[in-house]
Amino acid sequence: MSVEGLLREHGQPEREVYFDHENSGWVPPEVVEAMLPYFNRKGFGHPSITNKPGWEAYEAVWRVKEHLVKELNAGGPQNLVFTHSGTEANNLAVLGSAIASGRKGGKVIVSSVEHLSVIFPAEFAAKLLGMKVIKVPVDEEGFVDPEVLSAYMDKDTVLVSVQAVNHEIGTIQRVKELVKVVKENNPEALFHTDACDAFGRIKLDVKELGVDLLTLSSHKILGPKGVGVLYVKEGVKLEPVIRGQLSTQTLWPGVENVPAIVGFGKAMELAFKDFSNQVRRVKSLRDKLLNGLLNEVPETLLNGPKGDLRAPDNVNISFLYVEGEAVTVELSLKGIYASSGSACTSRILEPSHVLLAIGRKHEEAHGSILFKITRYHTDGDIDYALQVVPEAIKRLRSISSLKPSHPKQ
Amino acid sequence: MSSRIPLPYSPKVLKYFKNPKNLGPMENPTVEAMAGSPACGDMIRLYLRIADVGGEEVIKEATFESYGCAANIAAASVLTELIKGKTIKEAWKISWKEISDELGGLPPIKYHCSILAVGALKRAVRAYYGGKELPPWLPKELTAEERQTMEEEEMIERIYGRSPKMK
Repeated sequence: MSVEGLLREHGQPEREVYFDHENSGWVPPEVVEAMLPYFNRKGFGHPSITNKPGWEAYEAVWRVKEHLVKELNAGGPQNLVFTHSGTEANNLAVLGSAIASGRKGGKVIVSSVEHLSVIFPAEFAAKLLGMKVIKVPVDEEGFVDPEVLSAYMDKDTVLVSVQAVNHEIGTIQRVKELVKVVKENNPEALFHTDACDAFGRIKLDVKELGVDLLTLSSHKILGPKGVGVLYVKEGVKLEPVIRGQLSTQTLWPGVENVPAIVGFGKAMELAFKDFSNQVRRVKSLRDKLLNGLLNEVPETLLNGPKGDLRAPDNVNISFLYVEGEAVTVELSLKGIYASSGSACTSRILEPSHVLLAIGRKHEEAHGSILFKITRYHTDGDIDYALQVVPEAIKRLRSISSLKPSHPKQ
Repeated sequence: MSSRIPLPYSPKVLKYFKNPKNLGPMENPTVEAMAGSPACGDMIRLYLRIADVGGEEVIKEATFESYGCAANIAAASVLTELIKGKTIKEAWKISWKEISDELGGLPPIKYHCSILAVGALKRAVRAYYGGKELPPWLPKELTAEERQTMEEEEMIERIYGRSPKMK
């Protein structure tokens, strides 16, 4: 069904501030500029074909891999695989290692707050290979306790996957400690971390963390959609999960998305320019929005931790007595773009599994709104959000049949 | 966040969402009813003022409150518009499909919003006749909308019952 009429009815808000970088987002002009020549001026060839446009494409892909090696301390370009999304890289990590283990009836351990692109492949591996999937519980701020993880470890464990930063509630896991616990229990078990929401927010050094596999995604650092990366430590065996004509890499077939990879490289360059100052600024905007909303609006819950163990860009708040989908529509009408963990936006009419895993009740999860801050946001943007969001919640609460004045439902 | 679905609403949903008609609680309603639950994320409270007009029971006023998504708010609002001025007997015949059609056709995953609105209305009508003699047009058995409204409420009960953490 076309939504042309809906867009007309929606109209053009006077001011617009985009906070939905969790789901997708706009790309800085420098990134678009960097990509453009690769569509039709140079490097538009196939990076594994021996002609000039092919070699130019190869060179472009190689440069971005070298850049990544430096940012991640990844050893060498041969340890990096480009996929076409973070979802694909997570699938390669989880399914690829489960299949390569050659085990029937092994165990895959994931945290209960992982992205669905980790949880679903783990469940799929279980179905295909007769493996067991353990979803490790987290505490009320989303942290995996190393001791709890240790209790689930055994000699059958093939893979443990715990994300570096939670995509919804911003919990920064203690990955190094978790890796230590896993390797102490079973040196054969692989450790994968989905770092899509950590890259460009916290320092990532694969050697220092001790991980075997690590996932990145271009659009999570304001790069174009269509590029994912999997770091695969030297010696770690994976089975490719997509089959076809190989190009420059052995674990993912198909022609590399060269313009998008170049854009990702540019986005990375911008993300790491003056890194600590940028992060400090984003963090202060985060706290301004987070504290502003908690102070301005009564009956709210902060989802995820506060302070330094929270991702610098993440604000996730449950507004009680209102439903999140209605909130996103109301905010959109005023030009504030955010998303919700409500059931109403999901295929299965179940709220976000992350919010349920930290112990939120259904009605608390339904009222959750997620904002992500970037270095492009200004104080004025946050002020605008602090004006619009409380008004939106007030109007929807005035409509709501669920409020303190109705003690019994 | 969770597994998502596109929601191609018709412009009418947004229109009613922006300016809901017949909003708010009613002082001394003849009858009120509720459908859905906070846990479902969908809940409609309906208030009716019913008066005898020339021997017919007519819905003089209908208002609502809604905890739910944009479609839920729009469905409840449209329902109140449709039943105002109708006899109870006429209002009883309104189906969830009419509400959905009135909103330009809801996306299938949002059908339950119009089912919930009609469910609330049917509950209000039954409450109105509670303890009185039932008129011949009012079936003793629950209608499809009433059954489905109950099923949705019960499903959430079961989910809550299963997981002690969420109590």
